[in-house]
Amino acid sequence: MIESHLSLLIVAIPLIAAPVVAVLPNGRAPWLFSTLITWSVFYLAILQLTNVLTGGVVSYELGGWAPPWGIEYRIDSVNALVALIVSGIAAISLPYALTSVAKEIPKKQTSLFYAAFLLCLTGLLGITQTGDIFNLFVFLEISSLSSYALISLGKNRRALTASYQYLIMGTIGATFFLIGVGLLYSMTGTLNMQDLSQRLPEIFEHRTIHTAFAFIMVGFALKLAMFPLHLWLPNAYTYAPSIVTIFLAATATKVAVYVMIRVIFGVFSLHLIESTPTDELFLLLGMAGVIAASISAIYQTNAKRLFAYSSVAQIGYMVLGIGFGSVLGLTASFVHIFNHAIMKAALFMALGAILYRTGSNQVKDMRGLAHKMPWTFAAFVIGGLSLIGVPGTAGFISKWYLVLAALEQQSWIVVVVILTGSLLAVAYVWKLVEIMYFNSGSNASSKTSSEDIKEAPLSLLLPLWLLVIANIYFGFDTSLTVGIAEPAAKMLLGDKP
Amino acid sequence: MTAEWAMILAVLIPLFGALLIAFTGKKPNLRESMSLLTSLALLTTVLSLLPTVLAGNQPSVTLLDIAPGLAIKFVLEPLGMLFACVAALLWPINTLYSIGYMRGNKEQHQTRFYICFAIALSSTMGIAMAGNLLTLFICYEVLTLSTYPLVTHKGDEAALKAGRVYLGILLSTSIGFLLLAILWTWYLTGTLDFKAGGILDGKVAGPELIILLFLYMYGIGKAALMPIHRWLPAAMVAPTPVSALLHAVAVVKAGVFTVVKIVVYVFGLDMLKLSAGADWILWLAGFTIIVASIIALRQDNLKRRLAYSTISQLSYVILAIFILAPLSTAAAALHIAAHAFGKITLFFAAGSIYTAAHKTNISQLNGIGYRMPWTMTAFSIGAISMIGLPPTAGFLSKWYMLMGAFQEQQLFAVLVIIASTLLNAAYFIPIIYAAWFKQPEQHEHSYGEAPMAIVFALMITAALTLLLFFFPDVPLQLATSIIGGQP
Repeated sequence: MIESHLSLLIVAIPLIAAPVVAVLPNGRAPWLFSTLITWSVFYLAILQLTNVLTGGVVSYELGGWAPPWGIEYRIDSVNALVALIVSGIAAISLPYALTSVAKEIPKKQTSLFYAAFLLCLTGLLGITQTGDIFNLFVFLEISSLSSYALISLGKNRRALTASYQYLIMGTIGATFFLIGVGLLYSMTGTLNMQDLSQRLPEIFEHRTIHTAFAFIMVGFALKLAMFPLHLWLPNAYTYAPSIVTIFLAATATKVAVYVMIRVIFGVFSLHLIESTPTDELFLLLGMAGVIAASISAIYQTNAKRLFAYSSVAQIGYMVLGIGFGSVLGLTASFVHIFNHAIMKAALFMALGAILYRTGSNQVKDMRGLAHKMPWTFAAFVIGGLSLIGVPGTAGFISKWYLVLAALEQQSWIVVVVILTGSLLAVAYVWKLVEIMYFNSGSNASSKTSSEDIKEAPLSLLLPLWLLVIANIYFGFDTSLTVGIAEPAAKMLLGDKP
Repeated sequence: MTAEWAMILAVLIPLFGALLIAFTGKKPNLRESMSLLTSLALLTTVLSLLPTVLAGNQPSVTLLDIAPGLAIKFVLEPLGMLFACVAALLWPINTLYSIGYMRGNKEQHQTRFYICFAIALSSTMGIAMAGNLLTLFICYEVLTLSTYPLVTHKGDEAALKAGRVYLGILLSTSIGFLLLAILWTWYLTGTLDFKAGGILDGKVAGPELIILLFLYMYGIGKAALMPIHRWLPAAMVAPTPVSALLHAVAVVKAGVFTVVKIVVYVFGLDMLKLSAGADWILWLAGFTIIVASIIALRQDNLKRRLAYSTISQLSYVILAIFILAPLSTAAAALHIAAHAFGKITLFFAAGSIYTAAHKTNISQLNGIGYRMPWTMTAFSIGAISMIGLPPTAGFLSKWYMLMGAFQEQQLFAVLVIIASTLLNAAYFIPIIYAAWFKQPEQHEHSYGEAPMAIVFALMITAALTLLLFFFPDVPLQLATSIIGGQP
């Protein structure tokens, strides 16, 4: 029973659980229930991935309506992997949530928080699972609306404006997407992505199709915070509660990148983006994003905001991979979706642990913390090294494939940009490492106030270190990341070299 | 114990030692014994591998495959064996010295110091035994990162600035250039294995070859080819045992070792002979030798003078290898060992002077030879080896270097070697002269010889410098088999 409805259950379980959590009494119960739910979803996602890897593409007809009329959940190795990332990050961040949420979110809102969290998870998983482009929009709205709510829970009152800003931008993005979908529907009469991809090639020359493509691209460029449409992201990440930042940074933008790839290669085709300036535009914006956002990151005074800008830069790398339109490029993008999820989650968890103890994520308040919170600091350093792409960490594998893809296309300028991006990452990561590692310059007054700071509690450290170990592990064993990403890229490109 | 296991152990023993040091951190005596024991265990393990390599075998282990064709792999060939022996031999001595120095100067955070030291040695073993470029690159970066806390040990503003230069130059060159060069090699050849005769042969030519060569040479920042040498003098803020680690045991040696390895096993001597790029690097190395020597001449701070001397000595290795003659290749390998023994002696002596007399400048050293006879004897031996006079190890490598240069009719290299020998003499002999023959200044506070551990350590390294001249068989055999006895 579970086997045959697996694809649906992954979405349905958190969806049904969300209202249940909302009515649970505030306190530990909502947390316990949500943890249970996310771990079972995680288990199902693993099951789904192994099924897809052994048995090939799974097609699930919602309510028994045959596609293209009914909604189809179409699972191949690409979305099975993304679903695994999303549910995995949720599963790892929930044990972290208990302590962190108790500190950062008022007790009377806890059950609502967990309900919104589960809804957000539902939305993100739904986006990855579905094979229907309108259904995708519905899940997009579920995840977006719940994430606006989650961000607004931040302690700082600026969380409200940040959330509002995100709401405006996100709604514009979603509307653009919907307009594009509408245009496609008017031209083809179908909303099933598989079906669309078969009908579209005949009418590629049609101007409406180009318009639809442009609307969808811009809409999702907003959602995935592609440079220069990233302005909502730094505020949202900075003022959201730690746990929300961890979850959204590791999953929401990744899912958006996935949709971008799916729509470009699974609905439209490589042919279309190569006949239009889209691929050049992607490369250009990707490069601009990597450089501009990395430079902005260096000058930030708030550590969370710093890594928010770094996220924009990292998204630039994924966009570059899409722009290449080659197997290697897409492989690099997928691998980086995975690797960036685990490194950013680790880094934001470390910042969350620091916030828990010091009450601040301002760079200047982190002075000398390495000696008080050595384990958090060590985790932070390893996460940072992974972000830089130092060999022996997951980030290195991403950089490896990305540079290789650029070399294959002989685009030297992209090679230079990628490596420069790594060097800029050294600058902004080491800025924090230095301030935490060196005690110098700290005056007596700040010392006395921070004397009671000690190592973060185990409930924060364990999930953090789990991710840190994952960062090292996936730097050596790439059978999960590259092993899945490479055939997936080949499949999306239709075996075109 | 098979050779394969011994190789894995050589990497693991220092890591395990780091754990032991961490657990015994609260008890200094126990901690230091652990440190010494680990270093001796490593030495035994490395020496146990020596007969296998001397017999002409090249044991190899593949630990895991990262991706198809990309493996973490160790292969022990003669050059790596030589480097591993030097590092493993100097570590116990350096540990002994560290104990004397760190206690004598009451340094803070000693547990961290010993842990990072052990990790650095583990990565050095990894570099020495790396079977492909990827493994080498990983260990190279671990070495950079593990030595960062050592360089910034003092934790003050100056250390922070020096650390920034250190990490900035080493990381940016390795990520910006070396990684790119490795990826390019992988893209061109589909392999990263070290192979006799080179893997790039016939795969790249003309200007592309020159660019690739420069990417490698400037990607290996640890070899300190000008103008990317600045990190080395900057790192002088570190405690003296760390300077010894940087200059003799591991870091710069890892740099030139990588250069030799890449020239011999990635490019291949025959291919480079046909390229103009090799000549350019030869000139750059010659330039670095002369300019660094001239700068050294003008330094009054003893450690800074030694640092610039290292920069010039490192380029000897690069010069030797780019003469592209079999004999000079052997000389390059030998010079790695010879310079290590000589330079560690000099740094030990500098640290000894600082610990006992609190002096850092050359102008303060008048007549010091009579107060610290052991230290200054060792210093003199080290200095003579740097100049390249018999009966010291430095003579040996310089001799082969000159022979190779003559063989290849490299007049430029010959001139550089002669000129720099004169310059070396010009900046070392005044120190020896002042120490033994000048009158000490009056009203000086009295001081004697440094602590026992320090004196003992520097006597051993001075003795090794002499011994290498009289008994050069094993290193010589290893060095010559790099070019000769390849399977």
